[in-house]
Amino acid sequence: MKLSDEEVLRIARLARLGLTKADVELFGEQLSHILDNFQALQQVDTTDVPPTAQPNQLQNVLKPDEALPSLSPDAILANAPCREQGFFRIRAVLE
Amino acid sequence: MTVRNSELTIHEAHRLLKNKELSSVELTTACLERIHEVEGSVHALVTVTDELALEQARKADELINKGDISPLTGIPVVIKDNMCTRGIKTTCSSKMLENFIPPYDATVVEKLNSAHAVMVGKANMDEFAMGSSTEHSAFFPTHNPWDLTRVPGGSSGGSAAAVATGEAIYALGSDTGGSIRQPAGFCSVTGLKPTYGRVSRYGLVAFASSLDQIGPLTRDVTDCALVLNTIAGYDNRDSTSVPISAPDFTKCLTADLRGLNIGIPKEYFVEGMQDEVKEAIFTSIRKLEDLGASVEWEVSLPNTPNALAAYYIIAPSEASANLARYDGVKYGFSYKDTDSMWEAMEKTRQYGFGAEVKRRIMLGTYALSAGYYEAWYLKSQKVRTLIRREFDQAFSKFDILVTPTTPTVPFKIGEKIDDPLQMYLSDVCTLPINIAGVPAISIPAGFAGGLPIGMQLIGKPFGEEAILKTAYAYQQVTDWHNRKPKI
Repeated sequence: MKLSDEEVLRIARLARLGLTKADVELFGEQLSHILDNFQALQQVDTTDVPPTAQPNQLQNVLKPDEALPSLSPDAILANAPCREQGFFRIRAVLE
Repeated sequence: MTVRNSELTIHEAHRLLKNKELSSVELTTACLERIHEVEGSVHALVTVTDELALEQARKADELINKGDISPLTGIPVVIKDNMCTRGIKTTCSSKMLENFIPPYDATVVEKLNSAHAVMVGKANMDEFAMGSSTEHSAFFPTHNPWDLTRVPGGSSGGSAAAVATGEAIYALGSDTGGSIRQPAGFCSVTGLKPTYGRVSRYGLVAFASSLDQIGPLTRDVTDCALVLNTIAGYDNRDSTSVPISAPDFTKCLTADLRGLNIGIPKEYFVEGMQDEVKEAIFTSIRKLEDLGASVEWEVSLPNTPNALAAYYIIAPSEASANLARYDGVKYGFSYKDTDSMWEAMEKTRQYGFGAEVKRRIMLGTYALSAGYYEAWYLKSQKVRTLIRREFDQAFSKFDILVTPTTPTVPFKIGEKIDDPLQMYLSDVCTLPINIAGVPAISIPAGFAGGLPIGMQLIGKPFGEEAILKTAYAYQQVTDWHNRKPKI
């Protein structure tokens, strides 16, 4: 089974990942090859087997809802590619 | 032959520091000189923090002079570059985070700072810890100190190479599918992946959150126990951190293995395994028998062959979600040459991520997408349950399981870079352990043609003591771990 270019582009769009034409071809081939080799998974009998999301038994880990000291806005914004008046500056979302 | 200061173990250096036969500044200078000597050929470090290191060393010496000394005080460490260090670049060896300066320390870094450790640098890695050779670093590949034409393993390849060469006395790495143990095996150092939940991941840049765990790379098992003593423990900032107290891991280190039951899972001796590796592991297991352990040679964990596929669906799926945060807005690389929000995001990720990271984001996004989720992601999670059950069953009978760390000795740089599936296969013996969430250690167990062979000891959940004890006993009767690369 070979993933079509459209399929590769559909996945890339879901991941918001820009790809070149060469990427589309390469990833199409490589992902198909990888998935073909993983087909054996489909043969494993998992009837009545629950999924494991993570290996330890902790569930619903909660913390008391209390205010604690935090980083300053300046420290948080120090790595921002674009900032303005104490905010992250972004491009227009609705055009 | 005199041992260079940069080649000391933590416990040896501690003794010398405590007795004032050596100062932290001298020890730190020895490692910095070693960095100067070998870094041009090994390329283990992304950042060298020499000024900070000497400042920390002077502070440590002051404390030691006042009699205030912990087992790690004044001893040089390198930290994999995916653990946040306040005020010091943390790049994940990615163009995306090339200039990222964290505003806070990871919990493990806080703990090392409280112990007055000395940080000499940040270690190179496969980008975002995705890889098995350190060739996927966006900056440069790290070279294996035992043979510079070969890979050091990955993704903690820089950490392992730094410990092997004496650029630091020990290192921290992270392990999602073998990223501590496989490079430990390839560089002939001791590397432990603790139980999932044992060490806090707060401040570790997330790759696959149900698999990631931080651990030490050291020169021997005693050192490994000492570092684990410092970094283990509950942390309410990591909701997967398990609230149980950690024992003193040095207390279990004895050379007597009587009463210990060892199982050898046959599925780990995979087709295509190098004969010398198999032989070295069999010889090593017989050594454990000589030390008093009972060994059952034909244990079966039949779902082991399915672990690779399950892992390479689960890990990329989690990665695709975790790496969604790199959108060019809050931090990291940002594509600026457009007014369109979507184009900026797509180009940021196109130019900021390397090929392997993109490949895994694509694979994970595919496995999670509508129409494929049940067949791939959910199926893998169910197979994960089967694999865990097999470990549970095995551990009802055995205290530890023993396998090779890798099917072969280190491969050549460039050998697998164009074939992702072949690269993935180098983790075939280590990734089932992350799937199950159990602890495992890799220790030096021989050489083939001058290249290191690693042995993996696997323990029960929170059963680090049994594997540390066994590894310690083995190192009392072998000297593989004392050999140094000639570089």
